[in-house]
Amino acid sequence: MDAWRGMSGERVGGAFALAFILGFVALALAPLLRFGGAGGVDPQLAGVLAFTLWQASLSTLLSVAFGAVVALSVARRPHFKGWVWLLRFMAAPMGLPALAAAFGVLAVWGREGTLNSVLSFFGVGTKFNVYGMTGILIAHTFFNIPLAARLFTAALDRFPPTYWKLAANLGLGRISLFRFVEGPALMAALPGVAGLIFMLCATSFTLVLTLGGGPAATTLEVAIYQALKFDFEPGRAVFLVLVQVVLTGLVLAFLAAFPAPAEERAQQGAEARRFDGGSLASKLWDGLVIAAFLLFCGAPFVAILIDGVRADFPHLLADRLFWQALQTSAVLGLSAALLAVLLSWLIAMARVSTRSLIFAGGLDAGGSLILLTPPIVLSTGWFLWLKGGGGFAPYVLVAIINALMALPFALRVLQPAVRSHVERTRRLSESLGLNGFQRLRIIDGPALSRPLFMAFFFALSLSLGDLGAVALFGGEGLVTLPWLIYARLGSYRTTDAAALTLILAVVCMVFAVLGTPSDRRQGEAGR
Amino acid sequence: MTRAIELDGVALTLGSHRFGFDLEVAPGSFTAVTGPSGSGKSTLFNIIAGFETPDAGRVLLGGRDVAATAPGARPVSLVFQDNNLFAHLDIFTNVALGVNPSLRLNAAERSAVSSALSRVGLGGFETRMPATLSGGEKQRVAFARALVRKRPIMLLDEPFAALDPALRHQMGDLLAALHRDEGFTVLMITHDPDEARRLADRFVLVEAGHVAGQGAIADLQGDRVG
Repeated sequence: MDAWRGMSGERVGGAFALAFILGFVALALAPLLRFGGAGGVDPQLAGVLAFTLWQASLSTLLSVAFGAVVALSVARRPHFKGWVWLLRFMAAPMGLPALAAAFGVLAVWGREGTLNSVLSFFGVGTKFNVYGMTGILIAHTFFNIPLAARLFTAALDRFPPTYWKLAANLGLGRISLFRFVEGPALMAALPGVAGLIFMLCATSFTLVLTLGGGPAATTLEVAIYQALKFDFEPGRAVFLVLVQVVLTGLVLAFLAAFPAPAEERAQQGAEARRFDGGSLASKLWDGLVIAAFLLFCGAPFVAILIDGVRADFPHLLADRLFWQALQTSAVLGLSAALLAVLLSWLIAMARVSTRSLIFAGGLDAGGSLILLTPPIVLSTGWFLWLKGGGGFAPYVLVAIINALMALPFALRVLQPAVRSHVERTRRLSESLGLNGFQRLRIIDGPALSRPLFMAFFFALSLSLGDLGAVALFGGEGLVTLPWLIYARLGSYRTTDAAALTLILAVVCMVFAVLGTPSDRRQGEAGR
Repeated sequence: MTRAIELDGVALTLGSHRFGFDLEVAPGSFTAVTGPSGSGKSTLFNIIAGFETPDAGRVLLGGRDVAATAPGARPVSLVFQDNNLFAHLDIFTNVALGVNPSLRLNAAERSAVSSALSRVGLGGFETRMPATLSGGEKQRVAFARALVRKRPIMLLDEPFAALDPALRHQMGDLLAALHRDEGFTVLMITHDPDEARRLADRFVLVEAGHVAGQGAIADLQGDRVG
């Protein structure tokens, strides 16, 4: 009986977390349904939908193709001295807030950017225009070529080391090796990788908002935002939201049919060795590919750093609005992170305690509900409830939405750790009569502190850098760092924006690193 | 008479481990390679197969110095303890890669693949995937591939270690039969002295990165080596 009491407490906690999430989302959707969709399928919506899908498809295609090329070169050189750093670099863009990335892309590719300086130095008259599809594709590939490369490298790396020995012993040449070994590894990972990237690009808000530039290059998410913020057409926004939910639902259904892309390395202890790639041509090619990759994905980082360092910090530090934004961001970020940790803890503990498949399925769905109803959908619903916001409510809403955004990632770190921890300690705890708070304090807390901190920092980084949830409410009252950057960029005060971007990028990257399981830490997370 | 394998003053340093091998193996012999774990047995194989390049010394296979010969061009077939088959390719393809690495096979070669499978007791397995095979069957496929490759030297790195004793016996008999029929020169790493005595006619003892002893299999000492 004691055992059941302990476990039912966890189930109650999970039910509470689930009810909270479902309630929050349902309340957001309620006014949407009440307003009803207005506008229907008109040419403008068709255009927006077509552009959303088209840019996401192109972004996915480019990211997957170049990501695969980079992965092939990187996986071929496991003895390259900077190999580990190369893999870490591939994870770097994920920690960078989308708005900072947009700034970096503009600094490299924009009107006054590096590329145009180079062009004019060589006397090329035409200026490269980044806004529109070009800018969106550059920004999306900046984020997703490294992501694809990382997942593809892991897929190649997961093959047993004997495969490469066999391939060498059988004398497989460049083409045969690709056809029989590398190609199948990439193909196995392709649906998961492509689906994930398509999902990210189809729901990308900040990058399209900042780099789209005009009605010709607008995605659903941005159209929702504009319908509410500028046109105040709730009916139209609601209809767009419904289309958005159907779209993300379809992509999620597609993704569910394929195994999620895995990141873990294969065989512990067994060192991957490659016996191909010894020729000079092969070395040149791989060097060229890796150098081009570093240049393309590294340039925005360098640009953020250089522009930021050059910016007028004293001027910024004297700005009252900066301190207000910093304070708001800190409060929002900490609240979101704490809430994300609490919710993911409750869900993860309930998930291992329940034997009900329905409840387990509900917990899984609740943990990743934000993927189906993106931040802009939730904030639209609540925006309509609050008739525009103001007061204290938007702070709470943004913190909750940020927490929900972090939840799928937090659960991915926490869930396996909780599972193996509970499997190891449950019987012993029960036989010692350790239950409830005592068990939390003595057994669970210390053992799970690392994945919990990771979830905390990840959520903190995500919330600090987020513009999507804040965008609708941002303004006189609610000013966060990303919102301030966006406002400064909009009013062409780019040196302020540069300094702010550098601060935001550094802070978010540091927290993202603390929130990301490294190879070594991943092993300990389950210990 | 030309040696099948000759290692002449071969030296190699890997990290803090130093290896030095001098070894002569007669053609058509079956040599059990024994020695404690980490003594350098697999490194010896890696040198012969071309996965490690010696810092000094010569490696001669069939009397030819293979210093400049890529692994795929050496007269060597390999069988590992596991993961001998590409899991995403069917059995026919796995064996056929031993005939031609770009898989352009004529009719005679295709039937050679099928008859090799029959010889190892896997006739009709062509379209099966490796995951549907037992551990012993997978090793049989690796033997079939070695058969169609027709390389005079066969290196087996604990090929039966993952199998249960009855199956080990059976697979050992198959290997002995193939050795008898084809006249391969066989080197097999094993930790099982009974297996070594049953199959091999020579033994090589590797200790601390060197060949510490060799001779006729009758002189192999001990119940369990390594």
